[in-house]
Amino acid sequence: MSYSRIFAIFVRQLFLYKGNPTRLASIFLWLVIDIVQWGFITKYLGTFGQATFGFVTVILGAIILWEFMARVQQGIMMAFLEDIWTQNFINFFASPLKVREYLSGLIITSFASSIVGFLAMVAIAGPVFGYNVMAVGLMLLPFMAILLIFGIAMGVFVSGVVFRLGPSAEWLGWPIPLVLSLFAGVYYPISTLPVPLQVVAKVIPPSYVFESLRAILATGAFPSTLASNLFVGAALSIAYLLMASRFFVVIYRKNLKNGSIARFNAEAL
Amino acid sequence: MNQGTALRITNLTKEYDALKAVDAISFSVGLGEVVGLLGPNGAGKTTTINMVLGILEPTSGSIAVLDRELKRGTSEIRRMVNFAAVYAHMPANLTVRQNLYVFGLLYGVKDLKDRIRTLLKDYDLERFASTRAGILSSGELSRLNLAKAVINKPRLLLLDEPTASLDPSISQLVRERIKEYAVGTKSGVLWTSHNMNEIEAVCDRVLFMSRGKILLAGDPRTLPSEHGKKDLEDLFITVAREPLQLKEM
Repeated sequence: MSYSRIFAIFVRQLFLYKGNPTRLASIFLWLVIDIVQWGFITKYLGTFGQATFGFVTVILGAIILWEFMARVQQGIMMAFLEDIWTQNFINFFASPLKVREYLSGLIITSFASSIVGFLAMVAIAGPVFGYNVMAVGLMLLPFMAILLIFGIAMGVFVSGVVFRLGPSAEWLGWPIPLVLSLFAGVYYPISTLPVPLQVVAKVIPPSYVFESLRAILATGAFPSTLASNLFVGAALSIAYLLMASRFFVVIYRKNLKNGSIARFNAEAL
Repeated sequence: MNQGTALRITNLTKEYDALKAVDAISFSVGLGEVVGLLGPNGAGKTTTINMVLGILEPTSGSIAVLDRELKRGTSEIRRMVNFAAVYAHMPANLTVRQNLYVFGLLYGVKDLKDRIRTLLKDYDLERFASTRAGILSSGELSRLNLAKAVINKPRLLLLDEPTASLDPSISQLVRERIKEYAVGTKSGVLWTSHNMNEIEAVCDRVLFMSRGKILLAGDPRTLPSEHGKKDLEDLFITVAREPLQLKEM
């Protein structure tokens, strides 16, 4: 692995932000809209029936974490699409750049922009809606780590799909977070789902994060399932990341054989 | 002129289902040598270059760069190779300097800022350093592509129609730059073009390809007369239209 080559992929994206500040909208605009919208919804819900339940911390907190994961996935996909739109694959893959360095560069780029987005969400949700990012203490870190790894896995997987099927397959990548959120228990406990869908939730790592998060906030104590939830969530995320990376490499090799890298551009596919 | 081998290709073949795009070709490019790879559209020139670049996997055969097999240590070998092609665009939304910086990092160029300064001067790009590649003219873009192609001082330079769509004045400038580079650095250059005058002016040797095979090889200044043709263009037309008249190498 060459850090210089990984840095090249990262700095290329940085130049794009520097060269066109409107690109910053991709980091901040939707996040801010989401947080403001859900902030007011949770505030409104909190006015019902002398509620003692912390809607802001539970719902808004879950949405902030979910958005963080979604931004990681979409950040990787966007950085990858950038190379499609600029027809840059030949230049990159004919250079000494290795596939794992390329993926590492995309991941670092996405991680950096997602962290900035996360901090922006927290900066708004705290003062405006009274959200306390540290309500779950240091458990926030493992929760975020699981979501980060799963977001990376999804981003790499979607990039692999686009690499295989062509640029028009990008639309498959955008609704993935929304579809997964149905099963991940972001907005409601997994027990709300019909039993067959609860089975689906069990193979989605974020479901373990959000179940644990809700349990801690509801009782103020760590649930007995916390350790096993963290373990299963982390193990599943890592397994998905390994599978997604393998999938991308297989697609890359397939494209090397059939000539798709040389011909890959927005006009041809 | 030949002081070693920059590129050695042996029995290289690329098949797509029933189609043989490249059919068991063998040739070499010496260090300090400029070799023209000629042939009609679809002859297999770009396929050959893509295999040497490592972005297309051969069906069989071997490629050695500076006597090292490309299959082994592809990344390290690619540090000694670079290319410019009419179809390989530099990212249009980065400036000239940013593009050179990114590719300098990718190719592991030492003293990168100095190297970029030199290239901007050598390729007359200083005033465009902060201009995005997407709004450069064809000539300026070609100079940027060439600057990127030599940023790592490659020992093997692959050029796929580097002067296509350029006016004669800029074409001549580009040719001079490449020739200077090949002679000055004793690097091997593999060059495809449809401009026969250009090939005759620059190349030490030419290879004629048709239907995936190399049909002819030799000195571009003497090859036409050896085959009863008045010039290189006449020979090219024969290769393109009546390849069976010529005996395969």
